[in-house]
Amino acid sequence: MNTRLLSPILILLFVCAERPAYAKGTGYVFVSSEKDHVVTVFRSGSMDEVKKIPTGQRPRSLRFSPDYTKLYVACGDDDSIDVIDVEKLEVVKSIPVGDDPDRFDISPDGRFIYASNEDEGLLTIYDIVNDKLVAEIPVGEEPEGVLASPDNKRIYVASEVANMVHVIDAQSHELTANIVVGTRPRRFALTPNDQELWVTNEVGGTVTIIDTQSNRVIGEVRFEPKGFRPEEVTPVGIVITRDGQRAYVTLGHANHVATVDVASRQVQDYVLVGRRAWGAALSDDENTLYVVNGKSDDLSVIDTRRKKVIRSVPAGRVPHDVVVDN
Amino acid sequence: MPNTTACVLLALVSLSSCGLAAADTQTLVIGYLEFGDDPRYRETFLESRYPAQPWGRPFEGAQLASKESRFAAMTASAEFKLERRSAISVEGLMQAYEDLHAEGARFFILDLPGPMASALAAETKTRNSLLFNISALDDELRQSKCQSHLMHVAPSRVMLTDALAQFLVFKKWRDLLVLKGSQPGDEEYYESFRRSARRFGLKIEESRDFVLGRDPRERDQNNIALLTAGVDYDVVYVVDSQSEFARDVPYQVQKPRPVVGAAGLVSDWWHWAWERHGAPQVNKRFFKLANRLMTGYDWAAWLAVKVIAEAALRTKSSNSQVLIEYIRGDEFKMDGSKGYPLDFRKWNNQLRQPVFLTSFNWVVERAPLRGFLHQTNNLDTLGFDERENRCKF
Repeated sequence: MNTRLLSPILILLFVCAERPAYAKGTGYVFVSSEKDHVVTVFRSGSMDEVKKIPTGQRPRSLRFSPDYTKLYVACGDDDSIDVIDVEKLEVVKSIPVGDDPDRFDISPDGRFIYASNEDEGLLTIYDIVNDKLVAEIPVGEEPEGVLASPDNKRIYVASEVANMVHVIDAQSHELTANIVVGTRPRRFALTPNDQELWVTNEVGGTVTIIDTQSNRVIGEVRFEPKGFRPEEVTPVGIVITRDGQRAYVTLGHANHVATVDVASRQVQDYVLVGRRAWGAALSDDENTLYVVNGKSDDLSVIDTRRKKVIRSVPAGRVPHDVVVDN
Repeated sequence: MPNTTACVLLALVSLSSCGLAAADTQTLVIGYLEFGDDPRYRETFLESRYPAQPWGRPFEGAQLASKESRFAAMTASAEFKLERRSAISVEGLMQAYEDLHAEGARFFILDLPGPMASALAAETKTRNSLLFNISALDDELRQSKCQSHLMHVAPSRVMLTDALAQFLVFKKWRDLLVLKGSQPGDEEYYESFRRSARRFGLKIEESRDFVLGRDPRERDQNNIALLTAGVDYDVVYVVDSQSEFARDVPYQVQKPRPVVGAAGLVSDWWHWAWERHGAPQVNKRFFKLANRLMTGYDWAAWLAVKVIAEAALRTKSSNSQVLIEYIRGDEFKMDGSKGYPLDFRKWNNQLRQPVFLTSFNWVVERAPLRGFLHQTNNLDTLGFDERENRCKF
């Protein structure tokens, strides 16, 4: 963590500012757009477009390697995960990970890709170092969110059809628990202390909170943004701040982002964004939240202190996910 | 070593708590009853690929859902077993019902024309079973001929005509020329449509009866150019439950006007081109299993099994009475890959659901359209609302 915070300063002081594309801490914002097969790179702050990186067909989920030198992009229609070199800003490799990869995670040691294969109802484990497929684990249909626990012991997979979170042992690859959650679970966030797993339920319109020790459901968050019917509230994206105090949940067709107090599980605010808000990411200082809107083809830039959208930036056809190179 | 022990212990605890290691697995039999002589599944009709008509028997839809329900079944310590029976009379169907009932089946999926579904329901009222109508669109099954244990997964005809009416109002294409057939079902369809036109404020400029044929003496009624001349209108609305006449209308009209109804823009309750809510995955899985595109009929068969699976998942029970109670209760809500939480209307057992407005390879809109609001649930802008209800259980 210290090194990551220090490196931009080191660059500025000793290397001088002529290497903005240095792999760590560029502050670049990356957005995948499903229908024009590119990842668009924005300069944070100005939100100027730096580059459009052509990828495989239908790029969706984005994940950095633990050292932030590589950005992985799931390209569903090409059955691959493309690897973008963050310094060069180009695709340097394409990894075959089975049919229609959707969400995925990288193991904390950077060695494995855990990818859900939306069509097949599988979680694919791919060894990045040895370039080979390690396992295909059958899960419920339309697996979506994938999350590796920071201790690399458990992999969580949400199945949209089974309405379950599957817990998989990262070592033995066994399915160790099936936790029934709300309707059509999508994505996850773990609290920083690793105690609670928050799961968004798109059709249920809620967030289910799971105790990671007992694998039991211990709470639920409901959302009631003004002027929207319950059926329009379709939570998908979720991020939790590093201090574990706040969760930001994108509400899909309700066109808002909710701020939730993690301890009390109460919604504090709703911020109006674009249409069908899904992917969300925080800047390093957590003062900026980026949200992609799939039905208005743009990116909302939110000032988290003022709780306001300060910019709205065109982001390609059907933007799906956003990450920040912090 | 201590680590390994802890791991194994944890695994055991979670296995038992989530039912993975359940010893007594109950078999939950789901009866699937179909009419062997059903004209809707004649080979030549299926091969025509008419919009919003079946493109094959919908059984594979039920099979797909049964396969997808394994985790839900596991939660309830059950396994689903689909039993398909075909018969050519109500008596034959009743015999199949009795046989399966004796085997413990309490859930039945009915792929039957309206009158047969109605007859079967009338004879099984007191048998503690739940029937799912997956293909009869007849309005009266939801109104005067409703049955308390007959659940309608397929939409009613008025839901389809309401959806199209919303679209026409939204576009301000209010003046209609109606071309109407005289085949079985056409009159009923016309009635549903007239109700929708009244409800949403569409104007029927003129209604003309068509005849399918080439007889020059009947050209006033079989020639589309003549049928669509001599009057002004925004759209041509074709009422044709058989779809054969309708398919020729869009490019044979006298005036450059859109065609809707049984051709052109068609109301449907599923479409292979729907891109949202996980529909592409459902469509792909169906295609893989059935080797053809998925229609509304297939979707209804798929959804009927998923209703049972949802109840098993939430109640963690395989007891049919517990499941039936849950399905009919207030808590029931499920996903059907159309984007709204789905449940059954309490007053007539109709599944609330969005309706698609489709062209041949695209979903143009999804109803309820923006701006069509209802005091409790916008889905109730489609079909018989509570205040119009004539169903008494």
